[in-house]
Amino acid sequence: MAEKTVGKPIKRTEDPRLIQGLAHYVDDIRLPDMLHAAFLRSIHAHARIKKVDVTAALKLPGVVAVYTGKDTQKIGAVPCGAAISDMKVPEHKVLATNKVYFVGHPVAVVVAENKFAARDALDLIDVDYEVLPAVVDEEKAADAKSPVIHEQFGTNIAYKLTAGEGDVDAGMKAADKIIKQKILNKRLAPIAMEPRGVVARYFPGEQELTLWTSTQIPHLCRTSVAVMLGVPENKLRLITPEVGGGFGSKLNVYAEEAILGWAAMQTGHPVKWIEGRRENMQATIHGRGQVGYVEIGCKKDGTMTALRYNVFADMGSYFQLLTPAIPTLTGLMLSGCYKIPAIQMNVTATFTNKMSTDAYRGAGRPEATYVIERAADLVAAELGMDPVEVRRKNFPQPNEFPFKTATGLFYDSGNYQGALDKALKMADYTKLREDQKKARKEGRLVGIGVSTYVEICALGPSSAMPAGGWESATVRVEPTGKVTILTGASPHGQGEETSFAQIAADELGVSVNDVTVIHGDTAIVQYGIGTFGSRGLAVGGVAVYMAIQKLKTKAGKLAAHLLQCEATSFSDGKFCEADGKAKGASVPEPVVPMGQAPAAAALPEPKPGGKTVTIQEVALSAHLAKSLPEDMEPGLSATSFYEPKNFTFPFGTHIAVVEIDRETGEIHFDRYIAVDDCGKQINPMLVHGQVHGGIVQSMGQALYEEVVYDDQGQLITGTLMDYALPKAAMIPHLELDSTETPSPVNPLGAKGVGEAGTIGATPALVSAVVDALSPFGIRHIDMPIKPETVWQIIRKNSAGAA
Amino acid sequence: MIPASFDYIAAKTLDDAISLLSKHKDDAKILAGGHSLLPAMKLRLMQPKVLIDLSRIKDLSYIKEEGGQIRIGAMTTHFEVEISDILRRACPLLPETASHLGDMQVRNKGTIGGSLVHSDPAADWPAAILALDAELVAKSAKGDRVIKASDFFVEMLTTALEPGEVLREIRIPAGKGKVGQAYVKVRHPASGFAVVGVAVNLSIDSGKCQSAGIGITGVSPKAYRAAKVESALKGNALDANTLGAAAAHAADGVDVNSDLYASADYRKQLAAVYTRRALETAASRIK
Repeated sequence: MAEKTVGKPIKRTEDPRLIQGLAHYVDDIRLPDMLHAAFLRSIHAHARIKKVDVTAALKLPGVVAVYTGKDTQKIGAVPCGAAISDMKVPEHKVLATNKVYFVGHPVAVVVAENKFAARDALDLIDVDYEVLPAVVDEEKAADAKSPVIHEQFGTNIAYKLTAGEGDVDAGMKAADKIIKQKILNKRLAPIAMEPRGVVARYFPGEQELTLWTSTQIPHLCRTSVAVMLGVPENKLRLITPEVGGGFGSKLNVYAEEAILGWAAMQTGHPVKWIEGRRENMQATIHGRGQVGYVEIGCKKDGTMTALRYNVFADMGSYFQLLTPAIPTLTGLMLSGCYKIPAIQMNVTATFTNKMSTDAYRGAGRPEATYVIERAADLVAAELGMDPVEVRRKNFPQPNEFPFKTATGLFYDSGNYQGALDKALKMADYTKLREDQKKARKEGRLVGIGVSTYVEICALGPSSAMPAGGWESATVRVEPTGKVTILTGASPHGQGEETSFAQIAADELGVSVNDVTVIHGDTAIVQYGIGTFGSRGLAVGGVAVYMAIQKLKTKAGKLAAHLLQCEATSFSDGKFCEADGKAKGASVPEPVVPMGQAPAAAALPEPKPGGKTVTIQEVALSAHLAKSLPEDMEPGLSATSFYEPKNFTFPFGTHIAVVEIDRETGEIHFDRYIAVDDCGKQINPMLVHGQVHGGIVQSMGQALYEEVVYDDQGQLITGTLMDYALPKAAMIPHLELDSTETPSPVNPLGAKGVGEAGTIGATPALVSAVVDALSPFGIRHIDMPIKPETVWQIIRKNSAGAA
Repeated sequence: MIPASFDYIAAKTLDDAISLLSKHKDDAKILAGGHSLLPAMKLRLMQPKVLIDLSRIKDLSYIKEEGGQIRIGAMTTHFEVEISDILRRACPLLPETASHLGDMQVRNKGTIGGSLVHSDPAADWPAAILALDAELVAKSAKGDRVIKASDFFVEMLTTALEPGEVLREIRIPAGKGKVGQAYVKVRHPASGFAVVGVAVNLSIDSGKCQSAGIGITGVSPKAYRAAKVESALKGNALDANTLGAAAAHAADGVDVNSDLYASADYRKQLAAVYTRRALETAASRIK
């Protein structure tokens, strides 16, 4: 009998190949006669292209072809899957033709016999630019006097949108206090460890195009590229080998993916392109990018009465797949974990001469959580309340779920008090505050930051998604009893090869090692949506579970036939007569032991009642098909296309404790505590891993990371020597725990945890630093909070305070 | 991230390298670890036609005591400096500096000589070399030339080396009296280079500071000796007030860098604070 694995922190089955360097990424694909592509990218943020001369580049030995915007006119536009009424959609051609719109905008592509010649040829392409003034600031971009990027629109405003419910004006009127604050969520670069990469191969005889690409959405990418290239979708095979991280940046369809496919068809050779880190920072999507103005009304006792968020959202120069939709997610989550009767978000989305923004871990929700959590702290500061008490005051009670927000959502389940209480206990919050008082008397700057967050996961019901919110799974039990799962999800670091195998192992009574999870090849796997929005387990995993239920129904019928009984029950991998017991002295050994080839002699004969038959025996019978019930088809396989009925809403409490060096403004972590509730956990080790990574990325945003363009739109933080990612040595010990409030939305009770850390941690970190500086009257500091910023605050205020 | 094409020559001896250098002149760059040169080439900020690699030359990598000095071969890696028993005993400032330098990969491949000759204004070694009043031995077709550390760093990315010269050895004078040393650093969160790096080499005799070497990197376009800090220490007992007052002069008389991470004002503050902390640590280690 296989031991149950769900709920246990078993080691990731993916890791041995990753750790040993045996995994295969796009760059490991090497095909005979393969050519290499390199992109010439704009050095200007905004310029008219007067002439592109490729003559010299074409003469370089090894160069096969050079294509410009004029050559690639027949390739369809890079798609945007999101629609907002009255939004302006600039046509996004794969190569710039008349104008360049951002530093890194591809202008030409060289295809050569090797990557060195391809790169050398870029220096020989002569582009004559007429430089135009750049639009860099997302707020100023909306100004009528600003230069216009897409001239056909006569404005840089991509769309305006008002969202939310309730009478915000009345709520503000009813408030005792109204607090306003400008809040920035600066641009961030996702920086997956593996940059993007594509290999394309075309077989003219079969008219079949194969694309290997590093993506989170193999099927959606296939559909899009097929449309862009005019290749029948069923003649385009898209393979996603190992993907070295995405964080949302590969939840997209990029110009390069179509160009590579096209170049392979043009040249008749396979073509490879692997993005460099500098390209990655210039021309892979960025995240965040909001200049916001929050206004919150509250009663004297801390009760929130209304929230308004006016925001300028930076689109960049074009829409990528979901660019315009990201701010709408911010609007949905503005209520946080609080009962706020009236909420309004007014978005002004603007075009700027920068790379497009799009989904980056959390995608719009970290922005919302940051805004509402900062607002909750501002309420506490204004009223002189403990920030924890303000939060408690506004929490819905556990029995109020499903809880409807003024942003139009129904939170599935929650116990916000439970997670908060647990975190406070772990932190020994009362003592922390006492210690802080003592420290302040000694002139030390100690800060405690608390954030209570809720987020939206398991994206999502199809009605709320641009291109389907369901997920698919096929589960097969092979003749030898091995289990194969084909998932439409596209794991790229989350560990779903392990967690899906755990679900199947427990449901089918087999060992995790006997389960293989296949994903990311559109020729093998049925259509699927992909991995993003913390949906892998809570949608894709549920699809696996559903398929298994179908499979077990069929297997049960076949088992009943084999056992010559009316009905069977199933446990520990064995079927027995419905009123019998699977365990006992009469249980026979499996007829076909694992690892041995099935022989005709090993065929299980129909057995009289009281006996059992294993799932492996049933699978073999189903495939040999010597004795099946009437009307039963051979084989043992089932597919589910699972449509979730709602999102799920994980939540938690994060607490950061910091001390600031008075002389230098440097921030030292004393402690970091997180209690996350992602519903039922399939594998707590994977949960911890996700929370760890999320918190670290949060620290990046809170303290270090910022994509900086100068006034001319030049990317200043264009390498990892300038753009500061948090390193292991910069991270404090993380004290993690969890509560478990199952989701009623799906039978696994799972909610998703991929983005929780990124969402919950940022406000806690900022809050801790602000709290440390509160003796100076400080209530808010914009991210990233650099030591110099802190030092300037201390310097300016030292004379009169603390 | 692909460099322009170049020829690679592995020199077998130092004389071989010197003659190759005189043959290829400005077309050539010396490869001495490559952890600054290769990234610059990959970004095509540098496009040398010839790389002359010193890594195969056996007698350029050593740490030994000779003639009242510690002598370090230019091709000694940062890691070899970090773990050297001789240095930990006789000049712990160098292993301490090495431990702050780059990351494990850089320390395993990068060399002390390569770093010094590159003269990056935020590199760690220049601070230590200045504080120790080291001598740098350059060799050319004309023979050896000894350059004092204080003359070596001319400006950003420029040293006193003449065309045709190759740095072959770093010589550290043995400390006199009771010595205390320290290297402290504010790491840039992205690059790991020094926003401010302060190397201190103090000696005392009869309770008074006999000599003080203070090398500071990251603060100005080239690493420098903080002469005013040194003179405020010499001849005085190293009490807290003296150290604090001396450290306040850390950035006196230099052009202070300003960038996205730290303005000139803030750098000055960091220089003063970290100089004081380095002095305190060094003073506490005097034995």
